[in-house]
This record gives sequence, C-alpha cells and structure tokens, in this order.
Amino acid sequence: MSDTNKPAPTRAVTSEPPTTEKPQVVAAGKPTDIGGQVAVKIDDIELKVPFGMTILEAAKSVGIRIPTLCYHEDLCLAGVCRICVVEVSKQRTLQTACTFPITEPITVTTTSPRVRQARRHVLDLLLSKHYGECYSCFRNNNCELQALAKEYGVDFYRFGHPKEPRHEIDRSSYAVVRDMNKCVLCRRCVRTCIDLQSVGVLTAAHRSDQTKIETFMDRQLADVICINCGQCINRCPCGALRANDPSDEIWAAIDDPAKHVVVQTAPSPRAAIGEAFGLPPGTSVTQEMNTALRRCGFDRVFDTNTTADLTIIEEGTELLTRLYRALVKGEKGILPQLTSCSPGWVKFCEHFYPDYLPLLSTCKSPQQMFGALIKTYYAQKQGIDPSSIVSVSLMPCSAKKFEANRPEMQSSGFKDVDYGLTTREMAQMVKEAGIDLPHMPKSHFDLPFGDASGAGLIFGATGGVMEAAIRSVVELVTGLKAEEVFKDANVEPVRGFDGIKYMEIPIPQLGPVPALYANLVRKGKLAPDWEWLKGAVLKVAVAHGTANARKVMDDIRAGGKFAECHFIEFMACPGGCLGGGGQPIPTSPSIRAARAKAIYAEDMGLPLRKSHENPHVLRLYDEFLTDGPCGEQSHKFLHTHYTPRGDYLV
Amino acid sequence: MLASERESLRREIAELAEKYEHKRDGMMPILEAIQEKYRYISDFAMQEVARQLGVFPAEVYGVVSFYSYLSTEPKGRFVIRLCRNLSCEFAGKQAVARQLENELGICFGETTRDRLFTLEYCNCLGMCDHGPALLVNDDVYTEVSPELVSDILEHYRRTFGPTYAQKGGSHG
Amino acid sequence: MASVIHILERYEPGSGLKKALAMSRQDVIRAVRESGIRGRGGAGFPTAVKWNLCAAAQFPKKFIVCNADEGEPGTFKDRLLLSERPGVLFDGITIGGYAIGAKLGVIYLRAEYTYMRAGLESKLAERRQQGLLGKNILGSGFDFDIEIRMGAGAYVCGEETALIESLEGSRGEPRNRPPYPVNTGLVGAPTAVNNVETLIACAHILAKGPEWFRRFGTDVSTGTKLLSVSGDCQRPGVYEVPWGISVAEILHIVDGEGAKAVQVGGASGRTVPARQFDRKLGFEDLATGGSVVVIGPQRDMLDVAENFLEFFVEESCGQCTPCREGNPKLLEGVHLLKQGRCSIGYLRELQNLGRTMQVASKCGLGQSSANAFLDITEHFRAEILGRTGGQGEKNE
Repeated sequence: MSDTNKPAPTRAVTSEPPTTEKPQVVAAGKPTDIGGQVAVKIDDIELKVPFGMTILEAAKSVGIRIPTLCYHEDLCLAGVCRICVVEVSKQRTLQTACTFPITEPITVTTTSPRVRQARRHVLDLLLSKHYGECYSCFRNNNCELQALAKEYGVDFYRFGHPKEPRHEIDRSSYAVVRDMNKCVLCRRCVRTCIDLQSVGVLTAAHRSDQTKIETFMDRQLADVICINCGQCINRCPCGALRANDPSDEIWAAIDDPAKHVVVQTAPSPRAAIGEAFGLPPGTSVTQEMNTALRRCGFDRVFDTNTTADLTIIEEGTELLTRLYRALVKGEKGILPQLTSCSPGWVKFCEHFYPDYLPLLSTCKSPQQMFGALIKTYYAQKQGIDPSSIVSVSLMPCSAKKFEANRPEMQSSGFKDVDYGLTTREMAQMVKEAGIDLPHMPKSHFDLPFGDASGAGLIFGATGGVMEAAIRSVVELVTGLKAEEVFKDANVEPVRGFDGIKYMEIPIPQLGPVPALYANLVRKGKLAPDWEWLKGAVLKVAVAHGTANARKVMDDIRAGGKFAECHFIEFMACPGGCLGGGGQPIPTSPSIRAARAKAIYAEDMGLPLRKSHENPHVLRLYDEFLTDGPCGEQSHKFLHTHYTPRGDYLV
Repeated sequence: MLASERESLRREIAELAEKYEHKRDGMMPILEAIQEKYRYISDFAMQEVARQLGVFPAEVYGVVSFYSYLSTEPKGRFVIRLCRNLSCEFAGKQAVARQLENELGICFGETTRDRLFTLEYCNCLGMCDHGPALLVNDDVYTEVSPELVSDILEHYRRTFGPTYAQKGGSHG
Repeated sequence: MASVIHILERYEPGSGLKKALAMSRQDVIRAVRESGIRGRGGAGFPTAVKWNLCAAAQFPKKFIVCNADEGEPGTFKDRLLLSERPGVLFDGITIGGYAIGAKLGVIYLRAEYTYMRAGLESKLAERRQQGLLGKNILGSGFDFDIEIRMGAGAYVCGEETALIESLEGSRGEPRNRPPYPVNTGLVGAPTAVNNVETLIACAHILAKGPEWFRRFGTDVSTGTKLLSVSGDCQRPGVYEVPWGISVAEILHIVDGEGAKAVQVGGASGRTVPARQFDRKLGFEDLATGGSVVVIGPQRDMLDVAENFLEFFVEESCGQCTPCREGNPKLLEGVHLLKQGRCSIGYLRELQNLGRTMQVASKCGLGQSSANAFLDITEHFRAEILGRTGGQGEKNE
C-alpha cells in the first residue's frame, strides 16, 4: 500500500515563531503605558516611542543607524548574531537593539568600548568559521558580512580563518545551491522557510559548535519538499545560498555559431535588473535591457509578456468553460480555478494539496508556453532547425529552473525551455560582456512576438494575473470596455501587498460571444450566448507567499469563503514575481513596493492594456493555434498536467 | 522496518499525540516515549510526530538532534553514560573510561556490534561526592572503579532478555 | 566560626502549606519578601519580586515551574532534596502556585534523574488522595495540580527560557529577554520558574515565618544555603551553611585545607585561589547555586580550565555567536597553553574575548562560560605560562 495514496492530512500546520520572537506583545504592563508613549534617549537624541517598540526601530525613526546581521524586516526576530548590541541603562550586559522592547524610560548608547569590541569579536568569530574568499564568491560586493567587516575595520583574522571546507556543497537541486561553509547561522533561511513561506524545509540541527542549518536528516535539497521559491536565497546575508547558475553553458551556446540562442524576458526583471547596476529600486530599464541582451550575443530577444497575454486568453477561456461546466452542467470539483504560472506554488500544491490538483488551471506558465512555441511556430515561421535553438528565459524566479526541467515540458518535441536564468545571473552576464546596461540605447522586442500589452506586464506583481484576467474576461463577456467598469482599467482591489485579497465582481451586462470562441461553441464547451452568466457575481481572490496560500487552501478544504470563489491567483513569492527568488538581493517591503510601482506605471504608459487585443497573439491563433483558445493545438502545446507528490518524505 | 511495524508505530504515535491533544508541547514526552521503546527515533517516526502535532518534519528533526538523550541512530540496549566533569575526573574517571573501552572493545561515542551497549560521556550526574559515577540506562552507579566495570557489564549481559525490567535505584 | 545547621531536618509535613492557604495571596508574597530570599539555583533573583510580577500579570492562565534540571557540574543538592524531601518540595510548589494564581505546577526533571521519577509520581498520587493536590486543596477553594515533565540531556535547559522552550516542544534555545517569563512564559502565559531549593525554603518560610529565616546569613544574603561539596576533600557531601561563610571555613568543615583553589558556583562560577580563601559566599561577592569543588595542590589548573571549557563547548545551545564560537576558541587557547604555544599577545586576545562573551552573549550560559578561564589565567599565570609541551612556536 503506497503512502502517497493516503489522503492528505487534515491537521493544519501551526508552526509559529517562538513567543518572544514575534513582534513584541507584552502580556502585562502598567495599563496606562500600553498604547501610551515611553520616553527614551538614544545617544544624544530624546524621543517618545510607542510602548514595546524595539530600540532598533526607535533608532531608525530618528535616523540613527545600528548595524545588524540576523535581523530582517520580513522575518520574525532572532537576536542571535549579537552584532546590534548596544548599551542600555540599568542592564549589566549589552542588549540587542533588534529585540529589546522599550517599556520604560531608558538611555541607550549605541557605541562604547564594549560595544565596539563586541561587534569586532562577533565578526572575528564568524570569519574564523567562514570558508571562502570574497573574490571568488558570487556575493562579492553585495554581502552583509563583507560590508560589516569593512565597517569594523577587520584587517586580520584575529581568531583564524578556515583553510579547508568542512561541508560538501549541495548542488542537487535545479534551483537552490547550499554551501554551508559560508553560513553565519543567522537563521534567516530557517525563519523564511518555516515562518514566512510555511514550507518547512530548513532547520537548525545539532547543538553548540556543531549547529548547522540542515534539511530533514540532512538530506539533499532535491530529496526534500523544497518548492524552489528561492526566498531563502534572497534573504541570506552572504554566499551560503545561491541559485544554480547555468551561465557558463549559455555562454558556450552563444559562442557556438551553429546555435540560435533566443531569450524571453519576464516582466519583473525589467523593473529590478537596474538595481544590479546601482540604479534605485523601481527604475524600469526594459528597452535598454533589450539592447544589452542583443549585445551579449542573444540572437533574438522576446517578451514573455506576449505569452502572458496568451496565458490570459487560454486561462480566461478555461475559466469560462469551467464556469459553464459547473453552473450549467452541474459538474463538481472544478472550481475555484487556481492559477498555475508560479512553479513554486505548483510544487507547493503538488506536495501539500495533491488532492486539489484538478483545480489547478491546465495552462502552462508563460515561460513554458513560449518555450513550446519557439521550437515549433517560431522555428517553422523563420525556417530554423529547432534542434539548433537554445531557448533561455530571463526570470525573477529560481523555481523556473526546476520548471524548465520538468519531464512533461517537451511538447515541442525538444526540451521546451533549455535554461532558466535569474535576473541576478543575467546582470552578471551583461557585466562580464562589459556592457553598461543603464546607458544602452533603447530597442523593442523582436518579431514575430513583438511588444505585449500592459496586462501581460503586470503579471510581475501580486494581483497582476488576476487583474489582467479580469480586464479581458469582463470585456469578452460584457462587450463593455474595461475602462467603463474600472477607472482607467485599473482593478485596484486586487492590487497591493495584503497577504490575501478578495473581490466580488458582479457581471453588469452580457455582450456577444466573441468569434474567437467559435470552435468551443461548436463543440458544446460554451453556449452561443452568455445568458447562463446573467446576474452572476464573479468571486475572486489573490494570495501571495505560500504561507497565505496554505491559509486559503486550508479554508477551501474546510468549505469556507474561498471554496465559494471561482478564480484564485496564487504566487509563491511574497509580493509576487517581483519578489522572486532570482531577483537582486537584498529584498525588503520598500524595495518590493518600488518595483511594483514601476510595473504599474509602465502598464499605464503602454498603448495596449488588454491581453486579447495583442495583435501578435491574435495572429498566433490565426496562423498556428487554429482551433482557438483551449482547442486541440492549444492543449498540445500550451497545456500541461501535474504530479501528485504528497508530503511523505519517508 | 517492516510495513506492519510502520503501521503499529503510526498507531502508537497517534495515541500518544491524542493524549497531548495534538499540541506541540507534547513533543518531548512523545519523543522520549519513542526513544525509550525503540532506542531511536526513526525518520518515519519523526515524520509521523510532525504530522500529528501539526509541525514540519524538519522541525522535529531539529529537536531530536538537539538533545543528548534523543537520537536518530539506534542506540544500544544499554546506554552507558560516564560523567566527565571535574569531581569525577579528580576521583579517577580516566581509568574507568579506559577500562570500559577495553572491556567493550569500542571507543566513546560508539555502539557494540551486537547493539548491546552504547558508550558515551555525559555531563554532571549529580553524584559528585561519590565519583566516578555512571549511568546504565536509568541505573546509577557510583564510586566506580576499573575492577567494578566488568561486574557492572556482566550484570547486564547476563540478564539480557525480554522480561528484564530496567528500573532500579543507586547501586554502588 | 559557623557550624552546620540542620534546618531542613525540621519541617512539620504540610505546615507551610496550611499556613499559606489560610493567608491571602498578597500576604504569602509579603512573607517571602520579608524573608529576603533570593533564588537558590545560582541566578539569585529575589523570589518575592518574581512571584509578585507573576501574580500581578493579567492573563487567564499562569504556571509555576520547578526547575529540577540540576546540571551545574558539582551540584547535587537538588538530587538529595528530590529524593529525601519531596513532600516539602510539593508544599513549596503549591504555595508558589497559590501565591501567583496558577492552577498547574510543572516539575522539569532532568533525564539523568529518571530513576527518581516513579517515586515522585507515586508521592504525587498519594497527595492527590490526601486532598493536598487537585480540587479544593484542604478545603481552601484552591485548585492545583503538579505534573512531571522530563528533560532530555541538555544543561542549557536549566536556563529558565530555554526550559520553557523545551516544555513547549522546541529546541532548548533561550529566548530574548525582555519580555521575561513572569510576563510572557510557557505558551505565552506568565510563568514563575523556581529552583528546587528555593521552593523548599519558601515552604519553611511560610511554616516558621520570615524572621526565622532572617536569623541566618547576612542582610543582603538572608537565610542558609545548601552547598554540594566535592573534589579533593575528606568529607564531600551536602552541607547547609549560612550565607556569609568564608571559603576557608568551608574547607575546614569538609577537611580540604591545603587546597590550591576552590571553584565556587560550578563550571560557570568563580575560581578562588588560596590567597583569597577569606572571601565570603553570598550575593555580595561569591554568589553560587551551591557547587563547591575543592582543587588540591597536585592539580593542574589548565586541566581544570580544559574540563570546564569542554563542558561548555558541548552544552552551548549554539544560537548566539559569542558563546557558540567563543567557547571553542577559549578551549583551543587552553590547548595552546598546555603545549606552550600560546603567546602573551594571543592570551590577552582570548581574555578580551572572554570579557566580550560575558557581556554580549544571549543567555547566562554564554555570559558565564568564560569566568573560569578568566579567573585561572589571571590568578595562576605562573603555572599556565611557559610550558614545554610543544615545539615552543608562538601562536599567530
């Protein structure tokens, strides 16, 4: 009897950070103080802060900088590195600014001989275990340990430096590579995986100086339930975690004259790749990037937003057919439809909710749709031998590397996408080629796929897929313009960084069934009119970060509010793809907000804003996917199936 | 592990978890019960405990690997823990340690091939006025000398059997 | 010259509990406050303050925890109390529970004392039958019960927040403080964690009154203390002495005169050289949980330092950098000293590191693990330097 056939467990995972490491909630105190203000003096600045605010936050509010290492804005507190120690009145020992709550008037001194010595000692001790040289590390010049060492004037290894590695590097996963020789045991990855993402792959194991961050029984990452979201990589302060970098192979392909190397670029890298060149977060450099990529040697530069538009049409149509099956034919167990473009979310679903896989849209992600089309439609159209095409995708995502290697992703007859490359890795390639990306002349994307609509662009933000789908579905069903239903065609309720968003959309009127659906009507998958949607209210939800995905899925399982939804967008990464595991490091709420702002701003400025208006996509249906959306060719090239994996490790 | 053993282990863990209302604070008593019965906490057991308490298997592994009395590798039927702190050191624990290694043919940290004895150091057993002290499972032995070592080991070798009850007070 | 006083011999079973239940909660705490008792586990926090903070906290649930994770090397007084005086202990826990308003007391018993568990459980069962535990204890309307939970072999779980983490089913890693357990403790509820001896002493205090307790000791360190004496002396064992007794007096009692040094307070305590044997035990100077190890003139102080540091290297929880990485460095330094390969410069670096560990570590373990190293390298310089064990190379 196979364990994977057992029904999934009903017990919700309730792992929570330890009580004192959640945002400080003081159970008892003087009633007049709670909610009140407490006076505090930090260095020579006097201020009043809310009861329970940490010293670090109080210092930030008046512009006093205290160095940190294990502290991270997105994560629960740790207080383990001891870098941020400060002098606090009435305390015999130094206190960590990141965790110490201000509950009574105190005086804080952020520097003193003891503090300086303590910080230096912490760095000396970390360096005594940190194996690796900066010049050969991919975090050279972007490493928090390196920055602190410089700040504290580390000029010799006071307590020694390892000459040999202690641990094997784990390269088993397509997406994430772990080098524990560089680990500083800040526990950020553990807090990310358990608390932030609710996946629970990493833990601190053993004790004392044998403490090591490990997976279950120290198995290789590919053998445990890692969803490849790479959020751990984004938050690691140094080079212990990285993505699996294929750029050597891509250079080899580019340098090989017999290979036709094409690159498709996702929306999120454009608003973030500038950060790797010193630009502030949220500076969009799309067209400069196109030129830079061509100069690197890519033969064609395509816009993944085009297949994002294609995904919207396919997935929107799939939604309509599911609605038809559910509302008219009474079929059960097919709603809500869940998006499937986030491979981290897909793997999460395959492991933790395998019995709900039928709810996942059968649409591939835009990356994989493109991969299939490049080696068929594009190859035929251009007269290129598909076996000589090397298809690279530039993604904000580490899980795309895993997705490209899924065995079913070969509908072109070849491996649809050869390499997934992250924003960071592409920036590295551009730099290696001596290209100054921000100052490149602008250029458009290559035909036959051209430039895409704004709806495809907003895929990069959480709520973007939903908004793009709503813009199209509303127009295709009501016959109205999206601008008549939502101001500027912007669907505000699904935007923003709330973990779970919910929206109800009453269908205001019914228009004609578009010609695009002629085949589906003929086959009985849709009615010749929209009457069956009369008076319907479309219920949608958006969740980002797999911890929120878990909450929504548990609610669906319990028959709650989200079970009544029709369509739910899931993104594995907090913030959506713009916060993906392949994006420039560091990440923080403000950086992600800046990237989102850039994406929505670029969308507003584009001539086309709805997926079904994209002429290149429509030509695709004319020339290649002649059966129309969700037709035979679409199913062959653009749709996929999933693998129920379950979460039994043993 | 036989499939039937898995089934019975799964049932046991479910019962134990039920006793603690499937809450995380039942973790230590449950793990201790499994360690007591099976002499180690297998991968499968850790996963089942995780499932029953609503935590991740990696977290259970993190807990098991932290404590000296819990192990992911099978320990011997009798775990010998010799105190190595200062007072027992002064009282002559070194000689006892050498004798134990001689008699058992293993080094500290290892288990005999017949899986009968595991030999470990431990920290202060609270018998500092009667050192050197050691534990064999839950039995305490004080003022142990190299000569006594072989008597102690013999006691456990002879009475090895399914009905041997491992309770006892201080000996010595 | 102080003599040994057998206070803990004379306790009328249940007397402390009966008196306490007849008083108001505030009066119980007042009695404890007036006695001036401070924690007997080593940290020395005023017990009345702890109970008062806990009692004042507004929360639906509260807990009192008896810390029976006696792990400090050289301490065995709790072992004696648990096996010989469980009844007084249970009285003390119940009194504490009453004072703070808890319904449940938990005894965290270290795994090494598993052989005591069955006996303790059966005594608890007896008490339930006698109406001393359970609902409406002695007709007072106070409901309370005691549960035993076992440790699993980690010295760091003697630290109160690590103990609470262990009870909650996590790794025994100490928490950030503040907030303190009296505020946010076991499962977020206000929790008072007290040592075995403290709770027993409180039972005595309630039975005989705080003035009786103040008769012994000093103004700051009131009452008596149980010492566990071992090492190079003729009469090791548990002794009850008044605070304020000097090291020399103790050595006289246990017949250990001629010692080179005395380790007061276990591995995390202070190493007192012979010329300072007039120092007195108490919170004014040599605070201790009770461990006294006599180090004879034949002993090598570097062996002593090595023994203690090996202990800390093994028992550190591994969370914070200074303790996790610092202890192995100090141990390595001791090895270098033994081989004669440690330069004065590097020794000074290690001493600085020790001082950093004392102020920058996350919990008491790291804050005190460097104590012995610092004391020994300060007081026994002649003995530790200039060894000819190695090639005589300087350490870089």
